[in-house]
Parts: sequence; structure tokens; C-alpha cells
Amino acid sequence: MAEGERQRRHLLGLNGVSAADLIVLLDTAEALAEVSRREVKKLPTLRGKTVINLFMENSTRTRISFEIAAKRLSADSINVSAAGSSISKGETLADTARNLAAMSPDAIVIRHPSAGAARLLADIVDCSIINAGDGWHEHPTQALLDILTIRQYKREIAGLTVTIVGDILHSRVARSNVFGLLTLGARVRVSGPPTLLPPEFAALGVEIEYDLAAAVADSDVVMMLRIQRERQGENFFPSLDEYAHYYCLTEEILAEAKPDVIILHPGPMNRGIEISSGVADGPYSVMMNQVANGVAMRMAVLYQLIVPGADGIRGSKLAHPPKKSLPRLDAGGAA
Amino acid sequence: MSAGATRPPTVIRGGRVLDPSRGFDETADVLIEDGRIAAIDKPGLIQAEAADVIDAAGKIVAPGLIDMHVHLREPGYEYKETIASGCMSAVVGGVTSVACMANTNPVNDSGAVTSFIRERAATAGLANVFPIGAVSLGLQGEKLAEFGEMFEAGIVAVSDDGFSIMNSHLMRCALEYAKLFAIPVIVHEEDNCLCANGVVNEGVTAIQLGLPGMPAAGESAMVARDIELARATRGRLHIAHLSVAESLEMVRRAKDEGLNVTAEVSPHHLMLDERAVIGYNTNAKMKPPLRTAKDVAALREGLADGTIDTIATDHAPHHRDEKTVQFDAAAFGIVGLETLLPLCLELVQRGELKLERMIEALTVAPARNLNIDRGTLAIGAVADVVVFDPRKSWTLRATELASKSHNTPFDGWDLQGKVTHTLVGGRQVWEDES
Amino acid sequence: MANGKLIMDAAQMRRALARIAHEIVEQTDDPQTLCFVGVRTHGVPLARRIAAMIGQLESCDPPVGAMDITLYRDDTGRQGASAHIEPTEIPFDIKDTTVVLVDDVLYTGRTIRSALDALVDLGRPARVRLAVLVDRGHRELPIRADFVGKNVPTGRNQRVRVNLEELDDGGDAVFLEEAADG
Repeated sequence: MAEGERQRRHLLGLNGVSAADLIVLLDTAEALAEVSRREVKKLPTLRGKTVINLFMENSTRTRISFEIAAKRLSADSINVSAAGSSISKGETLADTARNLAAMSPDAIVIRHPSAGAARLLADIVDCSIINAGDGWHEHPTQALLDILTIRQYKREIAGLTVTIVGDILHSRVARSNVFGLLTLGARVRVSGPPTLLPPEFAALGVEIEYDLAAAVADSDVVMMLRIQRERQGENFFPSLDEYAHYYCLTEEILAEAKPDVIILHPGPMNRGIEISSGVADGPYSVMMNQVANGVAMRMAVLYQLIVPGADGIRGSKLAHPPKKSLPRLDAGGAA
Repeated sequence: MSAGATRPPTVIRGGRVLDPSRGFDETADVLIEDGRIAAIDKPGLIQAEAADVIDAAGKIVAPGLIDMHVHLREPGYEYKETIASGCMSAVVGGVTSVACMANTNPVNDSGAVTSFIRERAATAGLANVFPIGAVSLGLQGEKLAEFGEMFEAGIVAVSDDGFSIMNSHLMRCALEYAKLFAIPVIVHEEDNCLCANGVVNEGVTAIQLGLPGMPAAGESAMVARDIELARATRGRLHIAHLSVAESLEMVRRAKDEGLNVTAEVSPHHLMLDERAVIGYNTNAKMKPPLRTAKDVAALREGLADGTIDTIATDHAPHHRDEKTVQFDAAAFGIVGLETLLPLCLELVQRGELKLERMIEALTVAPARNLNIDRGTLAIGAVADVVVFDPRKSWTLRATELASKSHNTPFDGWDLQGKVTHTLVGGRQVWEDES
Repeated sequence: MANGKLIMDAAQMRRALARIAHEIVEQTDDPQTLCFVGVRTHGVPLARRIAAMIGQLESCDPPVGAMDITLYRDDTGRQGASAHIEPTEIPFDIKDTTVVLVDDVLYTGRTIRSALDALVDLGRPARVRLAVLVDRGHRELPIRADFVGKNVPTGRNQRVRVNLEELDDGGDAVFLEEAADG
């Protein structure tokens, strides 16, 4: 294959990624988890590779997690953030990306407030793009680490009932988890107030249950989402108090749940609003495992995308399709 | 134009002459003299010494197309389009008359801007340009613009297109005051609160892509209000780029009731649905957004049965830099003049639209909507004529468009039907040499 | 598949491993400090067998670990790294121990170089020894084995295939094959 034809591999989202590719990523992370428990927490694998962390939106844990992951694989990782960069001087994302690409990175990890920002980068620069969260769209590495955590407790994803609770509409974590979990054969349920849970979600293949207790009752896994305080100003719910009244995961609700249920939260959490302290610190919570898995998962993603011979992820799957003409509608427009 | 008097006559020979304004559909020759239709007769009967001859055998000869919804961008946004480049794009697409929207800079809310536009159009000397004035000063939705002054300068309608008139009292006054000049108020229906920050249709695609949506009710709620105001005022309401089935149903009822309500639809809302934005294709981002397949089917039906009067492109040129950005930051709108005819013909080829109805929606219907003396091949009418080959296949290359901007979602499409000749006032302004 | 020349059968393999086990014991002052690390995949069962033999000889139970050196290879992107990475499992402290690295075939030495890199990241052993079932020559790095089951002269276009029962390769045997395409 000629150099120009070599297909760059990207991780823009979990929508469309095959079960086989997801499993390769999860298995790789499982194998890499051991590195973080060593005395010398470093592998030479990505020596000489450059990873740029382009963070156009505040993030502490994701950025640090990617940075540690890159460093543990010996890649040089450089952080670029919105404040203090040329972006704050009015440069467009496309120009920023072209400038960074001119420095020949092997991968760009991007966090951006606009849905589709990672895809835009993949369209215009020639290096692997890893989506670290784009608007409400996807946050694939978060979902992968969530799924990895679930798998460590439940062994098989297929057949599990996973309930995601909270602001589903505005959540990229929810979307990526929905896509990934459905692909791996889980039954996925979403719960939250109707304002934050449009019925169109059902078309993705998930169940909708507005009542939290009913949603949790037969779940194997409950994933709580962070509620953004600013949503109350937008009238999606009247107040945080009322939100907490109906959607805070408490010990009382968990008392009716399966005895081996596990509770996930991508953090940072609002104690007493979407999750009670008793639950957050209780025996069902696996949040610290999520954080620990974050580094291994991101190491796995960096390894599988950057190392050219790592062909376990069939390039065509993670790569976005080449641009071609829009398809015509079926006759009658009724597709 | 005084030169018209000395110009030799033109004969368009052997084409299928289709003029829905008179229900005329025959193979015939068309004689044009002094910029007007002089005669239409059976092939070979017209004798004209020293006439320019256009061979239209196998082609269709129709009144020049009228696009009543175009953004020419001048004054103010000449980097996107100028009146000259927009008119060139129009005549390449067989469009002999355009009505241009007021959202320029400065806004066309005064007689001076209206006059400027008309002068620039005359200098370009390509398509007829009919300016549309603003409803409100600066398109701010607060204070009525001087309809009279603009009318004296040559506007044919008023519209705050690009923005919705949220102030119901202002809307009511616009409908009432426009009656003085017998011009329509053209409305862009979008409830600002329901559609705030929306960039695509609210639906499954928006959910998948994580993009903020504009609900169908954001349009239909406004259509409902404005139909009620049209009923109350007996004013002349024209609904721009209608896009959802619910709006269509309300227009249908209003028409049944005899209200003075008309509507237009754009080719892209007939040809694409919301899934076109998958992959964050900014060239499929427009207002109103591409809707669902169900809406597309309803719009096609509404166009065929006449509930929707007119096809109009909402030609909205934008610079490449305004589209090569993240989806939510991209400009709304696409160019449309040069794809108008082949896209409509595709509906005809699929059997979803009769050819006569299609030509009607592109000629006499918009002429009626705007109350302008165009869109007909009646003897004595201004000779705005389009000749097109309905069977010619070609592939659209966005970069080859005559428009200054290339923001089209139809790039790479194989199209059928191409304009071969465009005549404005009897003068040939475009001939396809490919 | 099995069209190569048999250079070691099951009995010969057992004897070779037994000899290695004896040599290791002879050269070790304190068998209690011995531990074994097999290089995945074939080195791991071989390490277990040698450790078991020494356990019988010395009435001890030397720990055995497994190491995946994929992430330490210096040829990722050339020959292609493996997508499937197996975990490195060394559930004991190698500090101040005598680590015997075990692999099936010693060839260019690059795998062992990677393994040594991986090993020092795990701790600081007192010494590292290398045991291999087959040494086929053609070293590209200054590395030699301390314990060798059998020296086999080979050509570069040949391939040494090691079958092990534990890996369901179809019984213990070593074949020398002509590689299909260099």
C-alpha cells in the first residue's frame, strides 16, 4: 500500500465500531493494566511517537489520564489547551489542526465543546484522531473504561441490563455507552426526566423508564451521570432539589435492587444530587476502579491506533468512511 | 434596453413548448422580436429573415424560471456572492428572474438599498432582479421598515428572511400595512425559543450525532400563528421554505378556507432528509433543517397537489471558510440556483411530479406569488425563456459552479437535465457549450 | 504442516530439559532464590517444566511468571506488532533473585533483548540467566544463552517450529522447516 493510501485509524466514537474491535481494545487494556502496578510504570512501545492533547474544554481527569497513558507508553505528549493558545486569538479549529499536523504528531487527542469536532480533524489532518469528548456527541474512551470496569465485575457484557440515569440528552458519556453496550449485547435502559430524555432515544435501541426505582430494580449495572447545574436555568427541571428528589440514587432505592448490582459514575459527582454519599462510598460503587481503568484503556487505544502493525482493530472499522456523495433518498422519500 | 429595438429577431425551432400559464404544451416554434414573444406556431410556419435560430429539437422551451427566494449577498457580503455572480449562477441554471432577500449589509430596509440592488442588477445585465425589502428595520424584529419608500424603489415583497418575526403585533401590522401596496409578507417560520441553538432537525439523527435540534413545532407553531393573523387581517401571507408535514397541513386548510396564503418549498427539502448531516456534513446544514423522510414524502405530495405553490431555492452562498468549521459553528444554507432544474426533473422522472406542474411551480406560480408580469410565453410577454434538454446527463462538480460559493450537498451527484439556452428580455444570456 | 525435518522428539525434549534443570541447580548456590520467567507463548510451558523438575530435585517450589514482550519489541511497525497482547504475569518480587528467562528458540537475540528490558522494569534481580530449548544461531545482538537444550545450525531461510503439548500443538516435537518465502 502506498504511503498516501495508508489508512489512518481514528477513534471518533463507538457508534459503528464492531464488537470484535471493542473486544480487542478491552483485552489490550486488560493486558496493560498490570503496567500501572509495577515499580517502573513505563513501556518503551511508543518511544519516538508524539501525541498532542488538544483540549479546548476544561477537563482534568481525562486530560491527565491521556497524558499518563501516553507517558507510560513512552510517547512524547504535549498539551495544548484553549486558554493561552492561538485559539483564544481567534484561530479556527481547522487552522489549529493544520498547524499541529505540520509538526507530524502520530495522534491528536481532542476534547472540544462542539459535536463533530473530532470528525472535522480526521477529515483535514493526516494523523490518528482520538475523540476525548466532543459536545454532546461521544466520549468513546470513557465508555470503554466503563465497559471494561463492568466486564471485570460481570465477566460478560452480553445479557446484562445496564441502566444509565440522568441528563441523557446532553451526555456524550451516555451516547458512547449506549452504542458500545448495545454492540456487545447488553440490554440498555435510560432513565431521567422526560425533558432530558427525548423519546427518539428509543430508536437507538434502548428502553426508556422515567421512574428511577423501576429502572434500577432489575439492573445489573447502574451508571449515574453528572447533572449540570446550569440545566436548571434552562428549565429542563425546576430545581436541583426536585431533581434530587426523583433522580438521586439512594440506599433506599438500592435496597430494592439486585444484590450484586454495581454503580458507576464518570465523575466528577454531585453528592446528594444525583448520588447519595452513602451509595457513592458504599460497597456497590466501583468508581475508583473506573479511574484506574482509565489509564489502561487509553494506553490500549493509543497503542492500537498508533502502532501500524497492531492490526487487531481492522483499520476500516475505526476509520471514518471516505467522503463521497450523499446518497439519494429511496423512492418516495419514505426510507 | 434601447439596443433591443435593433436586435435581430430570434426563432426557437422545434422544441416542446410548455407554458403552464396558458395550458400550452405543443411542439412549436417561438418567434421573439423586440424582446417580446411575437408568435408561437406550428414548426416551420414562422418565417423570419435574418433571425438568430436556436435549434430546440428534443428540448423543452419554457418561460424562464423564477426563483423567488435568493440571497445575492450584495451589498456587504461580496466575498460570498455578488449580484453579478449570483445572476450568472441564475442564468446558468435557467433562472431568468430572482427575488433577493433583504439580509444584506446594510439591510435592504430603505429605498436607497433597493435602488442600489436594482442598479447593480442592471449593470450585470443577466437575470431580472426583484428586490425584497425588510419587514423590520435592520431585521431587528422591532420597528416596521418604510414599505412605501422601498415599494417606490421597486420591491416586490417584504421579508425578514433569516429571522423569524417573534413579535406578533409587528407581524400583524406588517400583514395589514402591506395591503396598501398589494405585496406579500414572506415569512421565515422559526420559533426562536424552541429552536434556540438548534442546528439540525430535532430527531433521531440529532440524537445520534449529539447536535442540538430544531423541533418541527418550531416551524409549525409559527405557521399556525401567522395563518391566524392572515385570517384576522385578510393580509397576503407567503410561507418561505416550508419544511414539515404539520405546516403543510395547516396551509392546506387555510387554502381550503380561501385565505390568501401561499407557500414555497426548496429542492433540498424535497430531495434530502435529516440523515444527510451524518458525518457532520456542514453542506447539509441549513434553516429550516433537513427534516425526516416522512416530511419529505409529505412535501412532495403537497407540491404535486398544489398546496405548495412554488419551488424556490433559498440560494444561500457561503464562503468555504464558513463551512470548514465544526458543525455548530458553520453557516446555515446552501447554493441552489444551478441545481434547481435537474433536481426538480428528478422528481418528474420518478413519477412523483408532473412536468407541467413542475414548470408551473417554477414560473407562473412564483410570478403570481410576487405579482410580477413574468412566467409566461403569452404573445406580447417579455421574452424570458429557458431551453433545456431534459435527458442530458451530467455530474455536478461543486467547484465548477458559476456561483462564487460552492456550498452544495449535491457535489458528485449524477444529474439529468441541463439548461442549454437562457434568454432574458429576448437576449440570449447563456448557452451551454458542453 | 509437519513436513519439516524432525530435530527433536518428545523423549529428546524431556532429556534436554532435564539436563538444563540439572545445570541450573549445579550453577546455583541457593535454589531458594531461583525464579523462572517464560517468554510468551512457548517459553511459559517450558519454564513451568524446568521449574517443576528443579522442584523435585531440590524439594522446593520455584515461582514461574509469564512475560509478553510485544510492547518492548524494537520492530513494531516493521514486521507488525501483535494486536493481541497477553498480560505479563509475574506474581512475585524478582528483587535480589536469580531469574532464569526461558524461551523456546534463540535466534537474533532481539526477543531476549526486549525481555531483559521488560525485566528490569519489573525490579532488580541479583542475576539473570537465559535458558533456551534450541539455539539456531544468527545472533544480531551480543547475547548468549547460559543453558541450551540443543544447538541447531540453520539457514536464514529456515524456520524452527516448536510444538508443545500444553499449547495443543500436537505433542512435543521440534521441526526444522524451509520457510515458504524467505
